[in-house]
This record gives sequence, structure tokens and C-alpha cells, in this order.
Amino acid sequence: MKRVYAREEYCVGCKLCEIYCIAAHSKYKNDLVKTFKKEAKPPISRILVEESRPVSFALQCRHCEDAPCTKACIVGAMHKDPETGIVTNAEDRCVGCWTCVLVCPFGAITRDERGHKVASKCDLCSDNGQIPACVEHCPNRALVYSEYESNNGKK
Amino acid sequence: MHYVIIGNSAAAVGAVEGIRRVDKHNPITLISDEPYHTYSRPLISYLLAGKVTEEKMLYRGQDFYEKNNVTTLLGQKAIAIDTDSKAVKLENNKVIIYDKLLIATGGTPFIPPMDGLEKKNVFTFIKMADVKAISDVVVAGNKAVIIGAGLIGLKAAEGLASLGVDVTIVELANRVLSAILDEEGADIVQKNLEKRGIKFELNTSVKAITGGEEAQGVTLSNGKALPADLVVVAVGVRPNTEVVESSKITVNRGIVIDEKCQTSIENVYAAGDVAEGYDLIFAQNRVLPILPNAYCQGETAGLNMAGSESIFSGGFAMNSIGFYGLPMITAGIVKPEGDGYEVLVKMVPEQNLYKKIILKDNIVVGFIYLNEVDRAGIITGLIREKTNVSDFKQELLKDSFGYIDLPQKLRRSKLLKGDSASCQ
Amino acid sequence: MSINYLTPAFLIERDKDRCIDCQVCVRQCANEAHRWDEEEQRVFSEDANCVNCHRCVVMCPTRALHIKKFPLEFRNNANWTQDAMRAIYLQAETGGVLLTGMGNDRPYPIYWDHMLLNASQVTNPSIDPLREPMELKTYLGRKPDFLKIKKGKLLEDIPPQLELDVPIMFSAMSFGSISLNAHKSLAAAAKKVGTYWNTGEGGLHKDLVEHGSHTIVQVASGRFGVDADYLKTAAAIEIKIGQGAKPGIGGHLPGEKVGEEVSQTRMIPLGTDAISPAPHHDIYSIEDLRQLIYSLKEATEYQKPVIVKIAAVHNVAAIASGIVRAGADVVAIDGFRGGTGAAPLRTRDSVGIPIEFALAAVDTRLREEGIRNQVSLVVGGSIRNSSDIVKAIALGADAVYIATSALISMGCHMCQKCYTGKCNWGIATQDPQLTKRLNPEIGAERAANLLKAWAHEIEEMLGGMGINALESLRGNRLMLRGIGLTDRELNILGIKAAGE
Repeated sequence: MKRVYAREEYCVGCKLCEIYCIAAHSKYKNDLVKTFKKEAKPPISRILVEESRPVSFALQCRHCEDAPCTKACIVGAMHKDPETGIVTNAEDRCVGCWTCVLVCPFGAITRDERGHKVASKCDLCSDNGQIPACVEHCPNRALVYSEYESNNGKK
Repeated sequence: MHYVIIGNSAAAVGAVEGIRRVDKHNPITLISDEPYHTYSRPLISYLLAGKVTEEKMLYRGQDFYEKNNVTTLLGQKAIAIDTDSKAVKLENNKVIIYDKLLIATGGTPFIPPMDGLEKKNVFTFIKMADVKAISDVVVAGNKAVIIGAGLIGLKAAEGLASLGVDVTIVELANRVLSAILDEEGADIVQKNLEKRGIKFELNTSVKAITGGEEAQGVTLSNGKALPADLVVVAVGVRPNTEVVESSKITVNRGIVIDEKCQTSIENVYAAGDVAEGYDLIFAQNRVLPILPNAYCQGETAGLNMAGSESIFSGGFAMNSIGFYGLPMITAGIVKPEGDGYEVLVKMVPEQNLYKKIILKDNIVVGFIYLNEVDRAGIITGLIREKTNVSDFKQELLKDSFGYIDLPQKLRRSKLLKGDSASCQ
Repeated sequence: MSINYLTPAFLIERDKDRCIDCQVCVRQCANEAHRWDEEEQRVFSEDANCVNCHRCVVMCPTRALHIKKFPLEFRNNANWTQDAMRAIYLQAETGGVLLTGMGNDRPYPIYWDHMLLNASQVTNPSIDPLREPMELKTYLGRKPDFLKIKKGKLLEDIPPQLELDVPIMFSAMSFGSISLNAHKSLAAAAKKVGTYWNTGEGGLHKDLVEHGSHTIVQVASGRFGVDADYLKTAAAIEIKIGQGAKPGIGGHLPGEKVGEEVSQTRMIPLGTDAISPAPHHDIYSIEDLRQLIYSLKEATEYQKPVIVKIAAVHNVAAIASGIVRAGADVVAIDGFRGGTGAAPLRTRDSVGIPIEFALAAVDTRLREEGIRNQVSLVVGGSIRNSSDIVKAIALGADAVYIATSALISMGCHMCQKCYTGKCNWGIATQDPQLTKRLNPEIGAERAANLLKAWAHEIEEMLGGMGINALESLRGNRLMLRGIGLTDRELNILGIKAAGE
């Protein structure tokens, strides 16, 4: 499946990916000014830029083939779409037990405690039907959305 | 080919999903003594506290079994297995013939001997029926004694306290959550619970439940007597191996399984809290009564039952839990005993923050993250993959510890691989 | 010194209605002109640090930023301008030479803008390059005086030539003055478009050897990075005598920019200053130059053209004539607006002559001496667009060199602070935090796009003149007319006035 890959050699550490991720998941959909000025508590970024100058890169859910979070979820909220391969959390079912945080080896699931506690993670902007916001707005093509041979040879 | 599954929780569901990944057609029969659709056992305390509805407790959708072509025999208890004739005998005298069998009967409360257990208003706390029974009698202002300050006991305490019950917990060990926390961590958790009015009696046990027909109190081995309108026995769980007692299947503490989750008898598999599978950290078979392990064992069993060679390299103890907004994630060995361990610690008492990472030969074998649990899974991953951390050991406790702290080559291999295996 | 007399040069304006305090500006400014205040939870500006490079303006996702000239009025004075006074404040504080980067920014006349091109009307019809073939192919190198042909075959070999699909090459910028990613961008763009890039005096990084067939390697006074492999890898060799931005001056790459990669590529110890002397210490005459030219030809078995690059100075025509006679295959002339990574301000702004005059003078002189065919002329020193190129070709150039425009295509915003090593665009810096800002894939694409766009425009203008091959325009000064020029200037340029 297509995933977002970071090319750390071109990551400029601007964190625009985080900013656009927040906006993409806000109720003001992609309107940055409104997202940050009008949302009382803007969404949490589902992508994280890790940085130790001069190295930086963005990391988000890898949508693993054999996703540990889907197996560990105690309520069956975390699931992998068999068609698209996208791992999503059914937030209405999530109880915020953070077992997914415990098992995600990428540390890509965050705790969203703005309201009803839920695990928050990259959904590849699947409801946008286009390329993820982080990739679209990366100013230096440090994020690419592409196929990559995974460990077990499947795409 | 007829698949039979005894049990209806995570391991059973894992098995159904495992079988159906390989075999979409052959019938599956699922037997459970509980009359409910599959639900999440860890959510019973949420139900008690009214934080979730019964409907929200479903572990899979109502149509899960139908969609997966599973015939369910709910509320029917399997009582014996004859592996020669490949038959499962039910309490109602029905006999089910299997080609492949999974035993996923879970755990059963461990109840230490004490007087007065037969009295009314003495409960256990692991199943839906337990919650319903408690909910039927409990009213605000009641006094409750909970025996055991483990995960179940504390969750029961939090649930009851939220209903306005005055809760005292009696624990034999010197601390709460002794299986997953050391003294330092336990102290923080205990104080946080005490702030909410929960009382503790540590280093002691309940000698007797007192009262008439109904429980009215307990007497402790330290001589104290506590009043109690209800008593919850939550000392622990043990594998529910009753169904195999008369069979040839090898049982140690749990049903012994191999890396394919098969028991000592061919075509018979076991998974979940009833099983004794491989523990990656201890490098020996152990009972690991935790949900992720149950699912993975169940799935592995299912895949193998359906003819797909699949190996579960093992699990290890891991828990994510929280009480009154104080989250904690722990895994593996949290209180090392013996030589050869290296312990990294960070403690900020005023923030209730505690981090402890235990290493052996530069490999992480356990950790405690208390009140700062973000990205704990990276550490869990290091344990699972037995990554040598000597190059970045000093970074492990950093607030921002992440992939950036890994040597570039290791980081790239992990990130570019872009995948991780959970049940392999 | 207790106070600094220098007031900020620029003012950062932050539109509060649009700023979302995302701190992209803070993270992107190497000069620390934006600062996050933890206590106030908002971004503040440090105007004095701003160099007006526009990185923050371009990166700001809500377009909340713009930069203005600092609105501090000095008493009007046509003589003592703000710039003149600021220079003195700075020197009074530092006691040092004023440094600058990029090309001469003084308001000297730009002669390209005083020349106009012809177009066909009625007679000699114009050509539509979208419908008819148009030839921009250019060969650089010595052409024989005459061709001996027998039975339809050339009897003698033509001297080595550089083959250009567009008459534009990237001129010399060293690895050290610009980043490896900038080099990678230029090399890949040159390959893509079918032209050449130039290493400058800094050697050829090992990663770029694969682009050797599109590389001109430079041999300059410091001889950095020069060895047999370097020469053999290249398509041509350029001896650098001078540079338009700083004629008569050498170069100095400070040790802090000489990191692992630069050190290996330049073949000098890590962290040492790389000093290119003002003259080549083995060249004090045309004869000495000839020796070097032939040494290089000998070393490369006469397979590669040798270019000699000089700055446009007063007696450029005579010097060029000498260079041709010394055996150069190509003479490159760099005008006084040519760019630099670092130069003394006063030299940059006051030394040399415009490339337009130098080109006209050299072409005229070589023609008069009957040796124009022996050499190709390449000119640089502020070629800003395709019409500058068409005018240069008409004045007599074979091709042009561009550098500043190539850098602008890759993001340079002309802040002129190349010498500080803090280029926020990842171009004129070796700071790994900054160099990664130039993704060579993007850099190559943009630089190649620029060349393609200009090639299209050149074809359009040629077609307009009824010319279908660039060769037919070369030295065709009748296609030019002067506007707003004195007789003397027209005379030197060898063109008629508009209306004549």
C-alpha cells in the first residue's frame, strides 16, 4: 500500500506538515487561520517532526500490515481496512485506555484528551480522497506518498 | 473441516479472524458459557462506573459471527474434551465433534481460602455477570472491601468509588499493583487513589468475611475489623483449565502450547488466559493474562488451524491502565531481582512522573512509564525486537526520546521498513 | 562599545489577524530574526537580525509576514545617503573591509536595456518556431581557418568542441561558496537540458563525477581539487584568471566552511582557510598562460577545449586577443555585474566594466585581427533573461554564462549575505541545517525549467527576426538598435541608434 515516507536528508524542520495536519483534521478543514484562531482546542497533529539539529524527519502511523494496535485494542476500535490498508481508530468506540500507545513501535499514536479521550493517529487524510495534507504541503518534498516493498514482500 | 472454539473473548475472536483469513468457508462453532455476544472484558469496570453502555462494550459488531459464518452456542458450557474421538461434551449433554479445536476459556478468579465466602454480597470481578450482580445491590454510601490491589481490584475500586461507595482495599503485598509496579511507582498510584478517598490496608489479608446471611464486614489477619456492605474478591485470575482436566492435554499452570499455539495433542490449540505460551523476556512458557497476548495467540492458533503455518514468537507482560487520570504503561520486568540488570530512573514527584527502564546486557527487558506515557510503544518495540541500545542508552529517559535518538542506520531500517509485526 | 549606531535595515511586519503562531518563521530563520516567547506564547521579531531574504515570507503558511525597509528617516541628503552613512557606522565599529555577496547593485546603466531587437515585417517573413524547426545548437571551441574536404570528407580533425543544446551554461561557483545540493542541482539541470555546469575553483565532489560529461572543471589560482582525474572527468577545462565581481582579487574560503566534504573535494586539510591568490603565481605573461593552457591540453590529450575566463576590465580587448593567441579555445568574459559568494564591497561596486561593452570590444577586436574563428566567446556578468541573451549573441557572443539567475531559480532572493554562510535558502552555506533546504531534485527541476523557458523565448525572438538558427544571429549587430545612448557608446557597441 501507499505510505508516507520521510526523506530526512530534505526535511527542513519547518513543521508545516504538523500545521497542515492539524488544519486538515479541524472542523474548519484546511483553513489555517480559522483552525488556529477559532477552534478553542485545535486538533492534535497526527504527524510528529522529530528533530535533533541538523537531522529532522516527520513520522506518523506506518499503517503496518500486521498492525499491533489493531490486535491489542481492547474494544476493537482500531481496525485496518482490508481494501485500503488504512488503519483507523473508531473514535466513538475508543475508551482511551492507551493500549495502542503501549504497543505501537513507532510511537505514532497520541492521546487526544480534548474531549472524550481517544487515541489519535494518522488516517492518511482518507476522507479527503487525495494525497495526505502533510505530503501536499511539504515545501521540500521531504515527505513522499508512495509504495514501498515491505518486509514480507507484499506491497 | 469443522473448527470448534471454546470461549468468546479476545483469543476466540482472534482465532475466528485468523481462520477466516485463510479459510472463508468451512464452518466454525463457538461455545461459550456466557450468554452474551463477544464483549471486552477489560471494560467491565467502565460499565460498573457507567462510563460505557453494554452496547459499547462489544468487542466486535453484532453481526461479526454471522458475517464470519460462525455458529454460536452461547450460554452453553463445555465440560469435557475427548481428544481420541475429537469430541467436546457440553453441560447440556450435547456433543460437538471437531476437526480442529481451540480452547480459549480464559481465566477464572483465584479465591484464597477464607471464612464466609458463601455469604451474599461477596463478588468476584472479571465478567459481565459480576458487574450485573454488583450493580443490582450497590447503592451510594455503601461500604465495600476489595480484596486485592491488583489491576482488577483497583479498577473495581475506581468503579465503585465513582458510584459513591466507600472503598477499602486489602492487599497482602506491601504495595498496590505489585505485579506491574515497583514500590516507587506504587506509592504514587496509591497516593493518587487515596486522594480520591480510597483506603488501603497493605501487608495483610482477609481472614474472614463476617455477618449473617449477608456480608457485613471483614476481619483481617492483622486483627482489624472493617465494616462492609459488599466484598469483592480480586486477588487474581488463574487459567480456567476445568474443561481439559479429564483429558490428555498437558497442563502446567495453564495449558501448555507451542509456538503455533498447539497443545500437546494434535489438532487441539489453546490461547489466551488459559494458555501457557512462550514469554520472550523470561525465555520460558508462562501464563500471560493480557488481552494483546490473547488476541495474538488466538490469531496464530486460527491461522494454523486453517492450515497456514504461522508462528507467534511470544509475548510478554504489558499493561496500559490509568486511575483517575493518572495513566501508566508498564511492560516486562519492572522490579529486577538478581544480577546483571541496569536500571535507568527518572522521577519528578511533584508531577507524579516516574520513568524506569530496565536493561539486561544492553537490551531493554522492562519499563514503567507513569503519568508520561506518550510513545511508550517505542520502548515496547525495543523489547520485542531485542534491540541493542548501547548506542543510545543515555537518551532513553529523555522526554522527547524517539527515532531521532537511534543511530541513523537503525532508524532508517526501522522506518523504511515501515512495518511492524505484532503476532509473529 | 556600548551602543551600536547601526539601526535595523528592515522591519518585519506580522499581521496579527493572520499569524497563527505556528513558529515556522522561527524555525526557518538562521539569522534569528523571529523569536518565540514562551511566556507570552507568541512570536516576536528581532528586526535588526533580518536580512530580507524572504524565507519566512515564503514559508509562512498564512501569508502573515512581510518585510519593509526600516522606516527610519535620515535627513535627506543626495550625497550622504543612508547607505553611505551605514557603511561608515559599520566600519567604525569593526575596522574591517566591507564584505558583500552577489553582484554589483549600484545604479549604473544597464546597456542590455538600451538595446532593442529587430523583427521582420512584410519582407523576410518571420518564422513561427512552433511550426517550423528552430536551431539553437551551439558548438564552442576553436574553429579551423578553412576546411579541407576531399571526396566529401573532412581531411583534418576539428578541434574539440562543446556541444550545447541551448546557448546558456551555468558559470563557475565553487563547492564551498555554494552547497553540494546546489552543485547537484546545477549538474543535473545541465544534463537534463543538454548544456554544461562549472565546478568553480573547489574541485568536483565524488557524487558528481557521474555528471562529468556535462561538467566544466575550473583551474584557478589556488589549484584546489585539481588532479589528472579531475581534468579527465570533465568535458572542458576553464582557467580562471578573473571574476567580474572582484577583478584583481583572489578568493578566501574561511576554514569554518571547510568541512569534511569540502576538504576532500578541495584536497586541503579539514578546517583550513582556502586561499586563492589574486594572480596565478605561475602566470605573469601571455606566454606563461600559454604554458598552462598547453599543459592542460597535454594532460587531456588535446581532447578537451580549454576556456580562459577573465573579468571585463579596461583593456579587455587586447587581453582577449592575447588569450586567443595563447591557445585558448574559448574566452569567457565576466562583466562587472557578475556575482560572487564574497567580495570586498568597494571592489565589487567600483571595478571593471559592463559586459556589453567588453563583449562588443572583444568581438570587434578579434574580427579585426582575423582570429575570431579561433575562439568562442562566452559572456556572463548579469544575464537576467532571454532577451539579454539574444542581444549578447547579436553583439557577438557564442553563448552566455549564467549563475545569479540560476541561483534565483533555485530560491535565492538576493539578500547579498552569501558571505555570512547563513543562506536561508540552502544555497550559499555549508551548514547542514541549511543545506538540506535545497532539495536537488527540486533545484534541478527549477534550473532546468528556467533554461527551457528561455530557450523557448529565444526561439520566439529569433523567429520574429525571420531567423531560424541561432548561428545566423551571431555577431549580427544589425539586429540591434541603441536607445538613450551617446554616439560614443553606440560606436563602441557597434550598433546604430533606434530609427537609423
